[in-house]
Amino acid sequence: MNYHFNFAPILDQWPVLLSGLGLGLLLALVSIAIGSVLGLVVAFASRAPSPWLRSLAFTWISILRNLPILVIVLFLFFGMPQLGLSLDKITSFIVALSLYASAYMAEVFRGGLLSVPKGLTEAGQAIGLTSFRIKRYIVLPIMFRNALPAFGNNFISLFKDTSLAATIAVPELTFYARKINSETFRVIEVWLVASLLYIVCCYAITLVLRAMEKRLVLEKN
Amino acid sequence: MEWDYFLNEVVANRDALLHGAAITFAVSLIAILAGTVLGIVIGIAVTYGGKPLRWPARLYIDIIRGTPVLVLVLATFYVSSAVGLNLNAFQAGALALTLFCASHVSEILRGALQSLSRGQIEAGRAIGLTFGGIFRYILFPQALRYALPTWITAAVEMVKASTLLSVIGVAELLLTTQQIISNNFLNMQFYLLAGVIYFLIDFAIEQVGRFIGRRLDQPTRRAV
Repeated sequence: MNYHFNFAPILDQWPVLLSGLGLGLLLALVSIAIGSVLGLVVAFASRAPSPWLRSLAFTWISILRNLPILVIVLFLFFGMPQLGLSLDKITSFIVALSLYASAYMAEVFRGGLLSVPKGLTEAGQAIGLTSFRIKRYIVLPIMFRNALPAFGNNFISLFKDTSLAATIAVPELTFYARKINSETFRVIEVWLVASLLYIVCCYAITLVLRAMEKRLVLEKN
Repeated sequence: MEWDYFLNEVVANRDALLHGAAITFAVSLIAILAGTVLGIVIGIAVTYGGKPLRWPARLYIDIIRGTPVLVLVLATFYVSSAVGLNLNAFQAGALALTLFCASHVSEILRGALQSLSRGQIEAGRAIGLTFGGIFRYILFPQALRYALPTWITAAVEMVKASTLLSVIGVAELLLTTQQIISNNFLNMQFYLLAGVIYFLIDFAIEQVGRFIGRRLDQPTRRAV
């Protein structure tokens, strides 16, 4: 193998690559925020007294979890304008990723809800709290704490999924990597740098989340 | 009226769609099978291996899991040709998905193996089994029961990830759909159709997984 490494053309584009990485993180953050709110609603619906609401919630989860995210992204960006709903590429991608995230977050929160001991909600009822206050002051804090590790894993996979935005030309890291790849032909270097940036970023997110988990566990004791 | 046109187009393109679905099926199957074999080896190395085995295995898992699948697919496709491996798009895509699948399977297996008590290994040694024997007769059957539901989820993920091969030009179901759309501009309808097909495939795998999971669960239930 006679390959001469030359990182200069990639390092020239360093600010651009970093801006792509930043956009990816931003997309993931916005999507998980919207996805969590939606997911919380779906999780509560999946445990609602009404069988209609329950099956609606499970259908929502099942459909979105079994669809490839790329199909959702392309459908929303290219298909929806046919129904008169044209979104720009970033908004459209955020909608796609948020919908996708909502199904996964609903599963996370559903697991979290199941982990809240029944005795605690009963205790809340016994001291005369309304059902909203039981949720607000008892169920949700415990649920969030239990759901944190799974939440972190989902955030990391959503961050990685932001690479798909490159397929609809959202200028994030993978988009720039492909661009530099075709402009400079420094094939190995560009993919090495792009993967490393993703790996380091994922690792940093893991560290932050672990620190958060530790603090919450301490609070519990 | 547009729906009539759509149905005609589906009938006209049925062979292409079926072919695309077959490619999706083939590449997912290769990735799941090869990835599972590789993943079991790496999973054993990372759980029971000594340092010289454990560290490279851990590094492999962390690198692959820290990289988006799309980047993995693109990198495998471009880098393989740059280093002189002449892989076509299908082979490069299958390789990328296999590497991805292996990292998932090894993590699943590690989780399952670590949930077994160490006393079982010691018991196996006490009755004179080799490590191979302990793994084959004691650890693996139990780990399988824990790991199977998650493994099925990983299989669904592989089918979903196979859509990314459309980006490097593998004519699987999604790229076929895009090619059909470029002729008739029925974006919404054909992406919807692709979505329905993917959903049916994934849903079917999920249900089979649940069924097998229930069957495997029975002996434990009887014992309790």
